[in-house]
Amino acid sequence: MTRIFGMKATRFGFGDGLIELGKTNSKVFVLGADTVNSVGINNFKDMFPDRFLNVGIAEINLLGMASGLAIVGFIPFVSTYGVFVSGRAWEQIRTTVCYSNLNVKIGGSHAGLMVGQDGATHQALEEIAIMRCLPNMKIIVPCDSIETKKAVIASAYIDGPVYIRYGRENTPIITTDNTFFNIGTANILKDGNDVAILTCGTMVYESLMAAEILEKKNIRAKVINIHTIKPIDEKIIIATAKECKAIVTAEEHQIYGGFGSAIAEVLAKNFTVPIEMVGVNDKFGESGDAMDLMKKYELKDKNIVTAVLKVIKRKNSTKHC
Amino acid sequence: MGIVNLRLISANIRNNIIEMLKNSGSGHPGGSLSSVELIVSLYFKHMKFNPNNTKDPDRDYFILSKGHVCPLLYAVLAYLKCFNSEELYTLRKLGSKLQGHPAIDKGLPGIEVSTGSLGYGLSIGAGIAVGIKKLKKNNKIYVLMGDGEQQEGSIWEAVMAAAHFKLDNLCAIIDDNELQIDGLTKDIMNVAPLGDKYKAFGWNVLEINGHNLDNINDAYSLFKITIDKPTVIIAKTIKGKGVSYMENKAEWHGKIPSDELISEALEEIDISKSKIT
Repeated sequence: MTRIFGMKATRFGFGDGLIELGKTNSKVFVLGADTVNSVGINNFKDMFPDRFLNVGIAEINLLGMASGLAIVGFIPFVSTYGVFVSGRAWEQIRTTVCYSNLNVKIGGSHAGLMVGQDGATHQALEEIAIMRCLPNMKIIVPCDSIETKKAVIASAYIDGPVYIRYGRENTPIITTDNTFFNIGTANILKDGNDVAILTCGTMVYESLMAAEILEKKNIRAKVINIHTIKPIDEKIIIATAKECKAIVTAEEHQIYGGFGSAIAEVLAKNFTVPIEMVGVNDKFGESGDAMDLMKKYELKDKNIVTAVLKVIKRKNSTKHC
Repeated sequence: MGIVNLRLISANIRNNIIEMLKNSGSGHPGGSLSSVELIVSLYFKHMKFNPNNTKDPDRDYFILSKGHVCPLLYAVLAYLKCFNSEELYTLRKLGSKLQGHPAIDKGLPGIEVSTGSLGYGLSIGAGIAVGIKKLKKNNKIYVLMGDGEQQEGSIWEAVMAAAHFKLDNLCAIIDDNELQIDGLTKDIMNVAPLGDKYKAFGWNVLEINGHNLDNINDAYSLFKITIDKPTVIIAKTIKGKGVSYMENKAEWHGKIPSDELISEALEEIDISKSKIT
């Protein structure tokens, strides 16, 4: 059984990580863009006002000023809604931050459909795709608030740009302070060899739930939390494909160009097995309750189960050919 | 350094720009030539800059927001012996540190950050300025932009922020040559009156002749004693300055002259040099 240690939004994990860094690293600087309270950086502002700047509703300047701070040796963390920080400021991230390999950390809050009622304009579903194609960029999509805190702290101690994708809604806490975390290293959460569910972010919990449903059907699914999407843990992905010979990917993001695509790239180059992808299928979201949206857009445990059954069928038919 | 010397250096830099572009076969002569005096005065008189240690933490920062005029910056840095001037002739060639737009990843000493996509430099400068203030240091930050570049919306985000945060250690320089690729700035997308706009945003505005080294000297000196406000120097210039057939002609934004015209340009610069007293 999957253990849940409470409910907490990953945005608060992001804030917790910054507070920890604020206490231990005088170079850490935080910049917001008028969404300071909603993206979880308000506590840092209150505790370390000298190392905090609100630039107003101006995402391009947010990235530009963070770049300047990085040039003089600070470790700037910027954060606002994922759609705006990754989209509006994309070229600044590309040409100023990534091309100059500046030590700027980007927090993309309000990721995914779970933003809910605000609707499609505010539901970030494309950031993995548009950040993944940038040289020098690293991308972390933590699965819960504890992992988000660890990701924030770890990102301060690696050089260069990092994008951390996190969300607004309360989600289950499924890791503990003692759970191993290393940027670039995937975590196997559940063992099995009939199929592997590779996942990240909010879908890690749904994948664990799916694995429990599958167990009742006598299907043993391996569940792997691939929190770092770039650089991706190729070794574990290839080994898993060889062992399970069927893969399902699950993400709260567009299928095209996202996490599933990243996995497919690794497998296409190294060891091909049938893959099914659970994610947002080339659609914009809409207003609604977070969980209702997850159901409507087929991002629940039962949708992962359906994908697993399909991929196992494909695996078996491949075997018989 | 005296005015005569700065004039001589300016002529030599113009010569280098033409020689570099002749060699590279592509690049941007017009804007490189219009900014010469503004940058020569900065590097040879006003900026705290150590060519032997371009990463000196006490240096003043220069951000070339209009990155396409990098031949000028490269020529100045080579003149100061940041690197061997022979390298100037590698401009835009495969494997060169002298990229078509400034690139920090290639390791050319004196480049602070990669630039070239217009409208970014002022935000970067504002970020450096905040950082310097937080560190309680006195370094100054200079950002060179074009007048056409003022059409970028991102500039105005930075203009707002620099005034809001009272970044009096930040000096924006606008090379106002009134031309952009497609023609006259006022015809393409009018940015005038720039002075009034910056004033309305709360900046210290200095409007000068951008080829008059006395004017330029006064403007940088005034910037250094201005408090609580960022400074913008709006410098009226002539695009292609110093090469008469290029002057005030948009077509020389990004075009390389024929060999014959190159010789004519170099000759004209040489004659102008002999007249400096």
